[in-house]
Amino acid sequence: MSKRQRIVVVGHGMVGHRFAQAAVERGLTETHDVLVVGEEPRAAYDRVALTSWFSHAADGDGDEALTLLPGGAYDDPRVRLVLDSVVTEVDRAERTVTVVSPPAAVGDPLAHPGAVTVHEYDVLVLATGAAPFVPPVPGRGLAGCFVYRTIEDLQAIKAASATATSGIVIGGGLLGLEAANALVQLGLDTHVVEMAPRLMPVQLDDAAGSTLVRHIERLGVTAHTDVLTEEVEGDDRVTGLRMRPAGTEQGAPTTTVEAQVVVFSAGIRPRDALARECDLAVAERGGVLVDEQCRTSDPAIFAIGECAAPGGTMYGLVAPGYAMAEVVVDALLDGPGTFTGADMSTKLKLLGVDVASFGDAFARTPDSLELVYSDAVAGVYKKLVVAESDAGSFRLLGGILVGDASAYGVLRPMVSSGLALPDNPEQLILPAGGGVRLGMPDDAQVCSCNDVTKADILHAVTEQGCEDVAAVKQCTRAGSTCGSCVPTVKNLVEEHFASVGKVVDKGLCEHFRLTRQELFDVVAVHGYRRFDDIVEAHGTGRGCDVCKPAIASILASQTSTHVLERGTAELQDTNDAYLANIQRNGTYSVVPRIPGGEITPEKLIVIGEVARDFDLYTKITGGQRIDLFGARMEQLPAIWRRLVDAGFESGHAYGKSLRTVKSCVGSTWCRYGVQDSVGLAIALELRYRGLRSPHKLKGGVSGCARECAEARGKDFGVIATEKGWNLYVGGNGGAKPAHARLLAGDVDTGTLVSYLDRFLMYYVRTADRLQRTSTWIEQLDGGLDRVREVVVDDALGLGAELEAEMARHVGGYADEWRATLEDPEKLARFVTFVNAPDTPDPTVSFTTERDQIQPIAPALIPVGAPA
Amino acid sequence: MTATRTTQMTEMTWTAVCAVDAIPLEGGVAALVDGQAVAVFRTHDGSVHALGNIDPFSQTSVLSRGIVGSRGDAPVVSSPMYKQAFDLRTGRCLDDDSAGVPAYDVAVVDGRVLVGAPREAT
Ligand code: SRM
Ligand SMILES: Cc1cc2nc3c(=O)[nH]c(=O)nc-3n(C[C@H](O)[C@H](O)[C@H](O)COP(=O)(O)OP(=O)(O)OC[C@H]3O[C@@H](n4cnc5c(N)ncnc54)[C@H](O)[C@@H]3O)c2cc1C
Ligand code: SF4
Ligand code: FES
Repeated sequence: MSKRQRIVVVGHGMVGHRFAQAAVERGLTETHDVLVVGEEPRAAYDRVALTSWFSHAADGDGDEALTLLPGGAYDDPRVRLVLDSVVTEVDRAERTVTVVSPPAAVGDPLAHPGAVTVHEYDVLVLATGAAPFVPPVPGRGLAGCFVYRTIEDLQAIKAASATATSGIVIGGGLLGLEAANALVQLGLDTHVVEMAPRLMPVQLDDAAGSTLVRHIERLGVTAHTDVLTEEVEGDDRVTGLRMRPAGTEQGAPTTTVEAQVVVFSAGIRPRDALARECDLAVAERGGVLVDEQCRTSDPAIFAIGECAAPGGTMYGLVAPGYAMAEVVVDALLDGPGTFTGADMSTKLKLLGVDVASFGDAFARTPDSLELVYSDAVAGVYKKLVVAESDAGSFRLLGGILVGDASAYGVLRPMVSSGLALPDNPEQLILPAGGGVRLGMPDDAQVCSCNDVTKADILHAVTEQGCEDVAAVKQCTRAGSTCGSCVPTVKNLVEEHFASVGKVVDKGLCEHFRLTRQELFDVVAVHGYRRFDDIVEAHGTGRGCDVCKPAIASILASQTSTHVLERGTAELQDTNDAYLANIQRNGTYSVVPRIPGGEITPEKLIVIGEVARDFDLYTKITGGQRIDLFGARMEQLPAIWRRLVDAGFESGHAYGKSLRTVKSCVGSTWCRYGVQDSVGLAIALELRYRGLRSPHKLKGGVSGCARECAEARGKDFGVIATEKGWNLYVGGNGGAKPAHARLLAGDVDTGTLVSYLDRFLMYYVRTADRLQRTSTWIEQLDGGLDRVREVVVDDALGLGAELEAEMARHVGGYADEWRATLEDPEKLARFVTFVNAPDTPDPTVSFTTERDQIQPIAPALIPVGAPA
Repeated sequence: MTATRTTQMTEMTWTAVCAVDAIPLEGGVAALVDGQAVAVFRTHDGSVHALGNIDPFSQTSVLSRGIVGSRGDAPVVSSPMYKQAFDLRTGRCLDDDSAGVPAYDVAVVDGRVLVGAPREAT
């Protein structure tokens, strides 16, 4: 039996980790021991998603959320991970590496006595990544200057931002813009400085760059393009950045932008120092030179990831690094794998700005054609680069999308597949074309980060038993890195299930293939007001008890039409159709609104009198109000006439709409209360009453953290603080209880209301039918963070629009019962028998229990049962 | 199927229940016919159907309050109580083969809806 071989991996970043993982999965550890030495204090984490550390950090789990190795160790004991340690030297003759721990000991053994160990290797894998390039600008070493690469960098930026008011990012590339957005999120007045005449010069052309500037500025970032940085100003701390126009000489007039934080994002350089020191060949522009098997000039040493330069080119993306890791494992298993270059497509992960660039974006291929669609008002720029074949068909070579990159997931794989495009390829970027639908060949690469093809995804579904997108993601890794391919993965999985007749149809019902959200948009765009128009244009048949109430709800959210208007009344679910809740014997319950649970003695007396006079069963509900049961349909108008005259309104217990906003007594009476929770609960209940939504909505307001109103068990819950209000969203009781989570803390009442307006309207617009807020948030791409981006940060720029929609609702509100009583046509429906209005329904009768009525099960009543 | 008007119609077998316009399109009303509760519906194309009003699943007299629509080619009403669909032409329950309600002959004469006798189950 041959001796076990030793592999040493230098660097535990994304690629070093992928190597170790592949070594375990592909059986390399059967014959090899692996030692991984990593310099950072923690195991490999998702650097691509680094920026999301800020939002996770707010929840206290920044590190765990990003880690690629939960638990911090590999399951396979033959892989050993040593962290917080640096490889300082490679001895190629002896085949050893020297490791110093902790890294602070390097170069200063006296100040930091570190442990020094020497390890033998048979195979050495360099995966040392890259380091940010900091241009030699005077002042670049001042306190307040940072780079953007590790969790420690982000921790430092966050700490410095706490006392800063403005920040500058040097470099307007992909990473620079991501960093700039982070500074905005940290509350800094943010500037980006770029030497080139446009942002993202590597990926975008001029027109796309200037479209991008408009989007970036809407996010609150000031872009300075075509400028050179002269000096970072300050004595020991940064105070500002001095710059001059590009193309001017040194000494030309300069301008200074004030800032207390400066982030350098001017490119990266491969970390190839170890290789240089042991005389391995390096590429002209840096990076360890390797062949197609990622072997360096020493056959026992490989280099992978950002530190490597296959054929002289380094790749600053994770996907090529992953491919290289797989190639080396393959080589060690005597496999045929090679790395011959990679797709450099990119999609910006910036909040709310869609930017993508893929393939031959600059039309460098001879005889290629450019198709451009641009809409300056909407901030959309789309360019496709295509080649026309002799046969007259088109092939996609590349493209740029700004402002709307929804087609990216479909277009990018088109480039590698070489599939012929439709005859009029411009349809792919014209807005009227809607979604792009193209057959994709099996070998089209869907996920470029993890090199997953369409065939791999179908295999996972058909052979590996994956039942949904989440399982496919786990099984193939597709979508687990940058996430830009997730919509395409989802489409493929859904299409497949549809093709084998499995019901994953997102459509509402047999009459509509659209989801509720899609229908909502269709109705908004076309301004439909009638079911007939909607079903004729977008559906089939005549509707059912699923789509009709959903459309009724959508129409009600967009207009303030009364639910019993002719043509609308017939769409309503039973309860809405009679503005009351049907009971098990066919009678109805009556629930007047009691905002916040506060009620005067006079009103209590009226409720008592009405209940007595109509012989209704009364009960205090779980929602701080009173329910009157056992009303016959034809009695409803008379009951409500009495209630409306006494100043009551509909409580919408029947609607998918706001129910109650529960309150506790709060600061008015309670010795612990810090704010007027009753007052706020009443104001919120009155503001949102009547709002039709995908499911019912409940709210709560507590006067202090003791939380007697159970606000966190509601769709929106407000808890008073010394400084204002904490707003929680996404809670409910019921079948699947959920605790509401914090959306914004310590806000004043005005801010609270505007956040709530936005939150509720965003929910009304985009949730599925019968989806409570908790499940909606859970299923939203990005979850609560996404909600916060839209509602609090206004990343989509939708805030004003959502608030205006709510203002329209509030302004258009009218009590449904009062309006019904005033309209003979609406009242006409409240009869049991059209031809015998005075005959009550003979199947309804009651007995008495605990001094109140109780229904007798209709089956026991011996009247006119059908033959 | 809607019965055609025949000359031997008598007061005995047909009951006038309401003006056809009193039934909303894709809506229903309940009527008393010979002491029985009958639900009378109008579909989108204006045709009129009548079924027994008692929902067999809840034993409540409520079918006329259901949502009228279609399932495949069949015009249906779904019970407001537990949502089972009934074929307006036959009374058959499309969600449970063993259940159904009687279907009645119905005619529209001079703008008035007349309900006849329950048809034999088919
Ligand atoms: C009357 C009441 C029970 C009571 O006697 O206290 C009640 C009665 C009904 N509830 Fe409820 N719920 C009542 C409080 C609650 C509560 C407690 C609360 O609001 O604090 C909950 C749990 C909290 C929550 O919703 O998050 C609750 C969770 C449900 C659910 C489950 C919802 C879920 O997301 O899982 C349903 C079913 C549904 O809505 O689809 C439901 C549905 C119903 C319906 C509407 C069922 C129906 O369609 O017939 C009941 C008829 C109401 C009627 O006739 O007036 N009811 N229901 C309460 C009326 C409150 C009010 O004043 O409006
Ligand atoms: C903010 C940000 C956003 C990004 N977004 C994207 C994106 O959207 N798409 C994309 O494809 N890529 C993106 N990238 C790039 C991506 O993160 C890198 O391509 C990827 O991390 C490279 O992996 P690597 O393992 O080669 O390097 P790294 O992940 O940097 O890992 C190298 C590791 O080696 C350690 N090391 C170095 N020298 C030594 C030594 N001598 N001894 C011990 N350890 C050592 C380093 O400390 C580091 O932990 C982004 C990068 C950043 C910073
Ligand atoms: S939540 Fe606080 S203020 Fe409200 S009743 Fe309870 S203890 Fe009092
Ligand atoms: S393309 Fe990045 S995760 Fe799939």
